[in-house]
Amino acid sequence: MNLTLKIWRQQNAKAPGGFATYQVQDVTPDMSFLEMLDLLNENLQAKGEPPVAFEHDCREGICGSCGFLINGVAHGGRRGTTVCQLSMRFFKDGDCLTLEPWRARAFPVLRDLAVDRSPFDRIIQAGGFITAPTGGAPDANAILVPKDAAETAFDAAACIGCGACVAACPNAAAMLFTAAKVTHLNALPQGQPQRDRRTLGMVAAMTEELFGSCTNHGECEAVCPKKIPIEFIGKMNRDLICATLHHRGE
Amino acid sequence: MTESAERQHRAVASNRVMALWSSVIGKKVVMAVTGAVLILFVVSHVVGNLKIFSGPEEINAYSRFLREVGWPELGYGQLLWIVRIVLLSCAFLHITAAVQLTLMNRQARPVGYDAKKDVETTWGALTMRWGGLLLAVFIVFHLLHFTGGVVGFQAGQFEDLRVYQNVVAGFSVWPIALFYIVAMGALCLHLDHGIWSMLQTLGWATAQNSKSLRKFSRIFAILIFAGFISVPISVLAGWVR
Amino acid sequence: MEPARIEMLESKIPSGPIERKWEKARFDMKLVNPANRRKHRIIIVGSGLAGASAAASLGQQGYNVDCFSFHDSPRRAHSIAAQGGINAAKNYRNDGDSIFRLFYDTVKGGDFRAREANVYRLAQISVNIIDQCVAQGVPFAREYGGLLDTRSFGGVQVSRTFYARGQTGQQLLLGAYQALEEQVAAGSVKMHSRSEMLDLVLVNGRARGIITRDLVSGAIESHAADVVVLATGGYGNVFYLSTNAKGSNATAIWRAHRRGALFGNPCFTQIHPTCIPVSNENQSKLTLMSESLRNDGRVWVPKKKGDNRAPAGIPEDERDYYLERRYPSFGNLVPRDVASRNAKEVCDEGRGVGPGGQGVYLDFADAIGRLGEAQVREKYGNLFDMYEEITGENAYKVPMRIFPAVHYTMGGLWVDYQLMSTLPGLFVAGEANFSDHGANRLGASALMQGLADGYFILPYTLPNYIASNTLEKVDTSHPAFAEVKDEVAKRVARMVNVRGKRTVDSIHKELGRMMWENCGMARTEAGLRSNLAGIPALREEFWHNVNIIGSGEELNQSLEKAGRVADFLELGELICLDALQRAESCGGHFRVESQTPDGEALRDDERFSYASAWEWKGDGGQWELQKEPLAFEHVHLAQRSYK
Ligand SMILES: Cc1cc2nc3c(=O)[nH]c(=O)nc-3n(C[C@H](O)[C@H](O)[C@H](O)COP(=O)(O)OP(=O)(O)OC[C@H]3O[C@@H](n4cnc5c(N)ncnc54)[C@H](O)[C@@H]3O)c2cc1C
Ligand code: HEM
Ligand code: HEM
Ligand code: SF4
Ligand code: F3S
Ligand code: FES
Repeated sequence: MNLTLKIWRQQNAKAPGGFATYQVQDVTPDMSFLEMLDLLNENLQAKGEPPVAFEHDCREGICGSCGFLINGVAHGGRRGTTVCQLSMRFFKDGDCLTLEPWRARAFPVLRDLAVDRSPFDRIIQAGGFITAPTGGAPDANAILVPKDAAETAFDAAACIGCGACVAACPNAAAMLFTAAKVTHLNALPQGQPQRDRRTLGMVAAMTEELFGSCTNHGECEAVCPKKIPIEFIGKMNRDLICATLHHRGE
Repeated sequence: MTESAERQHRAVASNRVMALWSSVIGKKVVMAVTGAVLILFVVSHVVGNLKIFSGPEEINAYSRFLREVGWPELGYGQLLWIVRIVLLSCAFLHITAAVQLTLMNRQARPVGYDAKKDVETTWGALTMRWGGLLLAVFIVFHLLHFTGGVVGFQAGQFEDLRVYQNVVAGFSVWPIALFYIVAMGALCLHLDHGIWSMLQTLGWATAQNSKSLRKFSRIFAILIFAGFISVPISVLAGWVR
Repeated sequence: MEPARIEMLESKIPSGPIERKWEKARFDMKLVNPANRRKHRIIIVGSGLAGASAAASLGQQGYNVDCFSFHDSPRRAHSIAAQGGINAAKNYRNDGDSIFRLFYDTVKGGDFRAREANVYRLAQISVNIIDQCVAQGVPFAREYGGLLDTRSFGGVQVSRTFYARGQTGQQLLLGAYQALEEQVAAGSVKMHSRSEMLDLVLVNGRARGIITRDLVSGAIESHAADVVVLATGGYGNVFYLSTNAKGSNATAIWRAHRRGALFGNPCFTQIHPTCIPVSNENQSKLTLMSESLRNDGRVWVPKKKGDNRAPAGIPEDERDYYLERRYPSFGNLVPRDVASRNAKEVCDEGRGVGPGGQGVYLDFADAIGRLGEAQVREKYGNLFDMYEEITGENAYKVPMRIFPAVHYTMGGLWVDYQLMSTLPGLFVAGEANFSDHGANRLGASALMQGLADGYFILPYTLPNYIASNTLEKVDTSHPAFAEVKDEVAKRVARMVNVRGKRTVDSIHKELGRMMWENCGMARTEAGLRSNLAGIPALREEFWHNVNIIGSGEELNQSLEKAGRVADFLELGELICLDALQRAESCGGHFRVESQTPDGEALRDDERFSYASAWEWKGDGGQWELQKEPLAFEHVHLAQRSYK
């Protein structure tokens, strides 16, 4: 099949960007979306034009590197898939696709479709961990974790940190990402001692990284490749209220 | 201490309430709580309004009752004033939070998308801000209208405590009635998203119940809407005169 | 030179009984006074399981750690992709597991080409790893009673594999990543993301720093330290198509090799039996279907050649469940190398299925009949979904099609018992070193090894090195840095200025094809020799005809790839050289000339019971082979048999 791609090109964070339109011929249905872009890049380079920069690594939907909007939908609109897993089966000859990078003040564009997601790391630094210095741990089975707690923790821990939630949110909020980590650690017995500190710290960090706030649009959940549910956002809000009430300052 | 460690420390150490208010979530929680109070008021208000269909005596008496209730412990109109103060402060907080969050959210995405497609969100959610603004305008007008009687009436037409006559007179001016109906539309949309949103914000929504909560929210909003517009409609239609 | 070399390959295995060696080693180690730790700078390249766990642990101890990764966040390291699980000799199942059995299985599974002492230590430490990870909040699978669940995994008969759905590696890495970020917040670790190590700096023969390229600005930078650790993962991408991430590369260890670090067992690469078959010309990577699927899936092909009926249409008695037939006791759970080679054989016989006949069936019909679809979904749901996303086929209805693919590299920089390479002050951890898996890695033991190295070995051996050597103050103003930095800059400039006709990918694909054809699942002398002629030619082609658009002073993904491919073009040659030299079959290394009558790998312990360690002798394919003899005192040399 043949496609028309309208892609955001921007040389670096400072340079002004704009859309450029390209044709890609002979795309086969068994290619992945990124393989289709590889093909485009091979052709561009053959013509001496700079290839389109886009982030990717594992290409199996787990590292969270890839991601951009296809026709206005983060990761291309197939529920529970990243662009790297998106198969060209789902497109048809003659399609015209617009590719845009994540847009958020906290995620400056580095080049073309690649953005800087380091604020996510700083949110984790503000409490997204359980302090367990190497060596001091008790026997693994000394800590009993009810299956359902383990399941909830896992559902939340499945987040791959891709940033699609921020990109899709009308308010550019990082609520779903933050809620996922807060829920993962707050659901486990091991996570209880630092529960309040964690919640307060991560929410404060999220605010300081200049992400927006949640108005419960639910766009994030809809594009999340790991189907993290927005109920976790409610859980996090709860935990924040409790933390605020409990916390004796220091 | 590193930047982020400091950040964490600050968030933890500083005054609790301020810490809550200073976070995006805190403001949101304030909106939810104040929103809830406003809803309670609106509900009781719509119930009160419906008395109009049981005739002038009923509703005028009700209006009087509102002022005399609590007597002798409370003087004439005192309880009403307490209620008014609570409502005012809620509206104030609600709006302040709304404005602040809206500004934050605007700044959070300086460069917009060329072609953004929303897949999940609702009309109600997208119109919260404009709808809210319209509500604000409405409330101001409404107070000047039915409570102050300073707009929408010919001189001497508005008489305190004669609610029935005031409403009939007020709504016989069709543009005003129309404005009320439109405003009620805005309220309906606002609550359609608002009630569910409030429950979700406060962590009551779960994977199991969230569908039904959304339904509940919609039905609730529609009932309020129907209750309110029934009055101007009946006046325009001449059922109430 | 002679004595120096002996000295060079000293494996430093502690004396005493094998159970006590690690304990003894730890006791003999010198310690660093807590007050002095801040003064010591440690560079860790890589933030995967090995790198992140080491950085976090050393940061906790109070050292001044600089951690580097070419990824935008430590959480993206390819450890994230590990699906199946992690082994530990906990014997929670009371099914006869023990430290000694894990040790035994690993040595045997590695086909007797690993160092016994290292493997035993690994088995001992495996127990602490699970404790550590659980304490960090890794959501391992649980029983209803709240205890940890385990499953059995390729090549073993006990249930010792701990797992977190099909995303064990992700959860373990997130645990290490979070511990790392905690140290970043505490100020003890500085994380340098998006910066790629392009060379190693030696001062008076000791590793004292690295040269990096900032992948956003293109700036070439110098960093000095007392010790350098490489935890940069595997080099499977030398085959172009592999289960590794697109960015996985050999540059860090290769640059160190060129600076004098010996390269151990380069030809030991693992071909994983259960991957989704190649489907098209532009295929950019291969996706693994976790081996755990072999617990419940049955592998088969039609008995008839070229039988292209739909699988459902092929009656039971016309199916050949070849693994169950040839290996009654292990059946579908034979080690990876055996499973892969058998798949290749049936396909070469023309009995392969799917497009191009390059595939075999992995059938869950029986499992679904036995356990019910619900339970199968609970166990493997995400894998079935992944399979359907990629192939468009529903594996609950039709059998999966699988084929072997390059997966893991047992080879890597040679290290001693302390995980130090032949360059003083250069330590190597995780998949990047050649250490514990011999000629074949058992499933679920790489995560174990990476975390053992990072959490429990380097935090002892690094301080020991620091404490027992007087390291003069060195910073980046030392001329050695300027010198290497200049070389790096020149090399980058040279690459960019070729301005030829061919894209980096096209050259990489060509290299990959050569490697897969002649140095893949079956290796012949003739094939290897043709590669030894072909690869240098391709290298020439690269340096004269590669086309890199843009400059070195910007985010330039083609340039990043080019640097990595340039190194693969040298490493590929060494792999073939090593494969040629090792005229025996062992584990993942199958020399067609050396097989038993019934086609199993035939080791030659008289001649090849050693680890090969290659010394770089300058450009143009000159290496010198050194040998570390291997002694087997606890696991008796025997032809592996899974029949
Ligand atoms: C698909 C797949 C599934 C697997 N499943 C399992 C399993 O179930 N069980 C199991 O035990 N093992 C499994 N493995 C193997 C195991 O995951 C890896 O061997 C292990 O995770 C390697 O970890 P590492 O820390 O050594 O390297 P990696 O996790 O690959 O980390 C490498 C790090 O080095 C950095 N880096 C590399 N080069 C440079 C450079 N030049 N400059 C700067 N930084 C650099 C990278 O940014 C990265 O941070 C699997 C592997 C794959 C590919
Ligand atoms: C068609 C719809 C409505 C009608 C007919 C109506 C009618 C009235 C009347 C007659 C009064 C005066 C009561 C009295 O003085 O005793 C009143 C007061 C008031 N109404 Fe409404 N109202 C409507 C909708 C609303 C809505 C939607 C809101 C808020 C969102 C609202 C808020 C108020 C407030 C705050 C007062 C002042 C109460 C007080 O302090 O005395 N009204 N309304
Ligand atoms: C007076 C002017 C008003 C303005 C400017 C305003 C604005 C807003 C805004 C911007 C939101 C955020 C949307 C969201 O978070 O989902 C909101 C939420 C809400 N509003 Fe209003 N609103 C106003 C009046 C009202 C009134 C009169 C009511 C009740 C009758 C109300 C009830 C709610 C509720 C329940 C929510 C949901 C809170 C939450 O989601 O946490 N609002 N409002
Ligand atoms: S919550 Fe979902 S969308 Fe957001 S970062 Fe995590 S995986 Fe991506
Ligand atoms: S889309 Fe945005 S508004 Fe909230 S529910 Fe998701 S964060
Ligand atoms: S490339 Fe790793 S998730 Fe897409």
